[in-house]
Amino acid sequence: MVVGKSYKRIDAYDKVTGRAKYTDDLCGKDALFARILHSTIANGVVKSIDTGEAEKIPGVVKIVTCFDVPKHCFPTAGHPWCRDQEHQDVADRMLLTDRVRYYGDDVAAVIAEDEVSAVRALRAIKVEYEERPFVLDVMEAMKEGADQLHEDYPNNILKHTMLRRGDYENAIKEPGLIKVEGWYDTPMVQHCHIENFICYAYMETDRIHVVSSTQIPHIVRRVVGQALGCHWGKIRVVKPYIGGGFGNKQDALYEPLCAFLTTQVGGRLVKLDVPREETFVNNRVRHSIRSHIITHLRPDGTIVARKLEAYSDQGAYASHGHSIAAKGMGCFPQLYPCPNVEADSYTIFTNKPVSGAMRGYGIPQAMFAVESHTDDICSRMGFDPVQFRREHLMPVGYVDGFSKNENYYDSFNQCMDKAIKYIDYDRKRKEYQNQTGPVRRGIGMSVFWYNTAVWPISLETSSCRMVMNQDGSVQVQLGETEIGQGADTVYAQMTAEVLGIPFEMVHVMTNQDTDITPFGTGAYASRQTYTAGFSIHQTGTLLKERVLKYAHDLTRMPVANLDICEGNIVRTSDGRVLMSLGELAETALYSLENSQHLTAESTAQIKTNAYSFGCSFAEVEVDIPMCKVKLLNIVNVHDCGNLINPALAEAQVHGGMSMGIGFALSEQLLFDEKTGRPLNNNLLDYKLSTFMDHPHLEAQFVENPEPTSPFGTKALGEPPVCPVAPAIRNAVLNATGVPMYRIPMTPHQLFERFSEEHLFEEVDG
Amino acid sequence: MYDFKALYEARSVAHAAELLTEHPQAVILAGGSDVLIKMREGKLAGVELVSIYGLDELRGVSMEEDGTLRIGSLTSFSHITKDPLIQKYINVLGEAVDMVGGPQIRNIGTIGGNTCNGVTSADSASTLFAWDAKIEITGLEGVRVIPIQDFYIKAGKVDIRAGELQTAILIPRESYEGYKGNYIKYAMRNAMDIATTGCSVNVKLSENKSTIIDARIAYGVAGPIPMRVPTAEAAVKNQPVSKETVKLFADAVLADINPRTSWRATKEFRQHIAVVLADRAMTEAIRLSGGEL
Repeated sequence: MVVGKSYKRIDAYDKVTGRAKYTDDLCGKDALFARILHSTIANGVVKSIDTGEAEKIPGVVKIVTCFDVPKHCFPTAGHPWCRDQEHQDVADRMLLTDRVRYYGDDVAAVIAEDEVSAVRALRAIKVEYEERPFVLDVMEAMKEGADQLHEDYPNNILKHTMLRRGDYENAIKEPGLIKVEGWYDTPMVQHCHIENFICYAYMETDRIHVVSSTQIPHIVRRVVGQALGCHWGKIRVVKPYIGGGFGNKQDALYEPLCAFLTTQVGGRLVKLDVPREETFVNNRVRHSIRSHIITHLRPDGTIVARKLEAYSDQGAYASHGHSIAAKGMGCFPQLYPCPNVEADSYTIFTNKPVSGAMRGYGIPQAMFAVESHTDDICSRMGFDPVQFRREHLMPVGYVDGFSKNENYYDSFNQCMDKAIKYIDYDRKRKEYQNQTGPVRRGIGMSVFWYNTAVWPISLETSSCRMVMNQDGSVQVQLGETEIGQGADTVYAQMTAEVLGIPFEMVHVMTNQDTDITPFGTGAYASRQTYTAGFSIHQTGTLLKERVLKYAHDLTRMPVANLDICEGNIVRTSDGRVLMSLGELAETALYSLENSQHLTAESTAQIKTNAYSFGCSFAEVEVDIPMCKVKLLNIVNVHDCGNLINPALAEAQVHGGMSMGIGFALSEQLLFDEKTGRPLNNNLLDYKLSTFMDHPHLEAQFVENPEPTSPFGTKALGEPPVCPVAPAIRNAVLNATGVPMYRIPMTPHQLFERFSEEHLFEEVDG
Repeated sequence: MYDFKALYEARSVAHAAELLTEHPQAVILAGGSDVLIKMREGKLAGVELVSIYGLDELRGVSMEEDGTLRIGSLTSFSHITKDPLIQKYINVLGEAVDMVGGPQIRNIGTIGGNTCNGVTSADSASTLFAWDAKIEITGLEGVRVIPIQDFYIKAGKVDIRAGELQTAILIPRESYEGYKGNYIKYAMRNAMDIATTGCSVNVKLSENKSTIIDARIAYGVAGPIPMRVPTAEAAVKNQPVSKETVKLFADAVLADINPRTSWRATKEFRQHIAVVLADRAMTEAIRLSGGEL
């Protein structure tokens, strides 16, 4: 078995020694530098741009303003293209814009011989604006009289969808029900991948070549074609190694602009290397969502009726749009099934940076709301949080009517049991009752709901090509991209498994090149291992059939009695090794009688999806006078089916937990109320948690094989971030008795809440 | 790529003073961990730089004949933390500068740069205020020594005149002898951060550890520059070592400090934290001095 073992990442040595080539490493030294001029107002119109002084600066090659770009809009979301016009992504972006919709909108671009000249030119450009009132808050944006960001979206509502089950209004009339209600707010955060967004573009013949730090090269090709109004085949996109994406690079970012800029300088090489400050606010951010939940329960805990309203802050442009809020709402009636549900979700434009995809895609926000609310119910009604969940979570055998996902196993209980044992939950829960001092401890937990891939909302497809070399080793190409998660390594393991060859005989072609790589929609939705598993299995089986047929030609043994084991052609009836795969492959390529190039290529369309569940348990120490939460212990337990590579799975969970810790305690983008200007778009003022802020991160697994996957696997990329914040929040509730309704739970937030709840007096007294 | 006009490298302190006199607009470059950030932000576009980083004569900690501790201005934070004289006499300074940034910053960053930057949040500054440090400044005309409280003029502005550079920080013997101190950095994360508020307290107890002979307290980010809190210091002079005294001390800080509301924190929050920090830093300083509460 190759699958299920912790092989070292195939890119580990290259990345550690610095040999791995990223976009900037590949860019030619003769590149021109492009920089973008961002608006200094939050809402309004560009009246004029004076580039006179800037053009005189030595080294400046060309300045392009919003008045010089094609006047048509394009969508940017990294979704598979939808052929049904009704469901296509909203096309509301231009390469540069004279209609400014947020502080920092792109109004002009400078191309210069070097970075210093480009920056000097940015400072010398004079822009005249006509300002309009701006709005930063979703509730304000929906009010009558708020300035409208986009035509066709009254009250700045990009979309409102609803979900109804049973009869909520009638159900709540039942006498004796207990009503629990809360508002739960999550912040705008950014992905903070280590490699900022960067791309470069040049022309050869009449085609535009773009090399980009992206998760989705084939989608970017389409979007660049749409943006420039040219045939999509005229665009070539290459994706080298990338330093993380987490969803930010699941959008066409500045590739369309960079492609346009090269056309403005005769096809010369133009590099657009985005500084961190711009990555924070001019790429994509996570949707900040305000959720309002009401639950009506009988005294025994039976959930009779529930209501959810979610207000999702889209920022200035549609990007992934309502998909995020819709996904969050979708899980609401599934996690705690209830006969009467009324749910509404709204996605609203505001004059802020654009929200797009980010690890978890709406579920970290939804889990903070739902799972904080679950503990509010328990705290109000005196239930043990674990026991309440055991009684009310989605039962085994539950099938979702839309996705057809089935809860095949008792994953929730199995995961919670492992976490309880690891963190010693029962003992600590008891020990932490009735504390009175200034420093108190607490323990809390949260489960999460997730699914794998995007079917049936969107296309799921994976294409794979395998090419055999003279020595029997194999190159593998896939459209699902390596973005740091370790995809290439698990692809190699799965390929080796299907073909019956050693891991070392598989060479995964890590760079996607839309001219060469089979079509695929890229890395997103925690889908890579699941979806690629289908096409690897199918393509590997095809290649193996061809190899065994050729082996039959050479040996005259029936194909039915032949197999490939550990890189050898083996006669299964007696186990005899007939020849090595290398001998066969060399013969196949050079035979004077029967020469063959042994290859296979196929597309798998996937029409299933899979639930991926788990939980997080956290233990905290709250220093009340200091308004600080210290995370002492945390464990995530996941059922993501069979692990293809346990060490990589563990690393994936560590990364997600870290992101969850920042989301819970410290990260948020802030804006000046008076101007709309971002206040902390740098790594000093934006409090990404550091190594010193992390306790040991414990990752554990329950391995129930997923029946719909050829390898028994399912989502793990995004799930680890989903339950962390509510687990920490519920631990703070356990320690202090104070429910927090807004994350991050910064000292400022704790100061406010502890003051409201008179905790300081209690400690002093 | 950084936007600067010229870089002059000084070969000696005298040469540095000459270069600074010749180029009065030039900015002094030591470790560069503050200057390079300002350059990257575009605030110093086209700047002239005089680098003093090569002047090893400005590195190291020593004790002068009269017992004064002398810290060369180019001494890095990590060297201060590990220095035996610092550890023996004013360990709290080593602890304070060990809270700056991360390991790389502490290797490149210097205590001279930290103080000359003139910001209220500098981790070394509040402790140096609390220890009554003196600043040695050298120019073509010679050397002058001034109290650190006079060195800070206003936010971002220190008393370095054209042609001068800071060459040492001095802690007089009477400042540290018999005192123990504690610094608490209050920040939003445990590394790579700037203090929301920093509080440094040192205390001298009577021989039987029952009375506070003297106490000194200084804050960063309680005003535009680091500041001492005289009301609190006076309130506990010759008072018994007790929890009540500590509380009296902590509550008294509000009489002098003047934090402001900004997007980083409200005035009320900063005041609340300032009181808590005074309490805890004093408690720890008393414990280090052998006192019991």
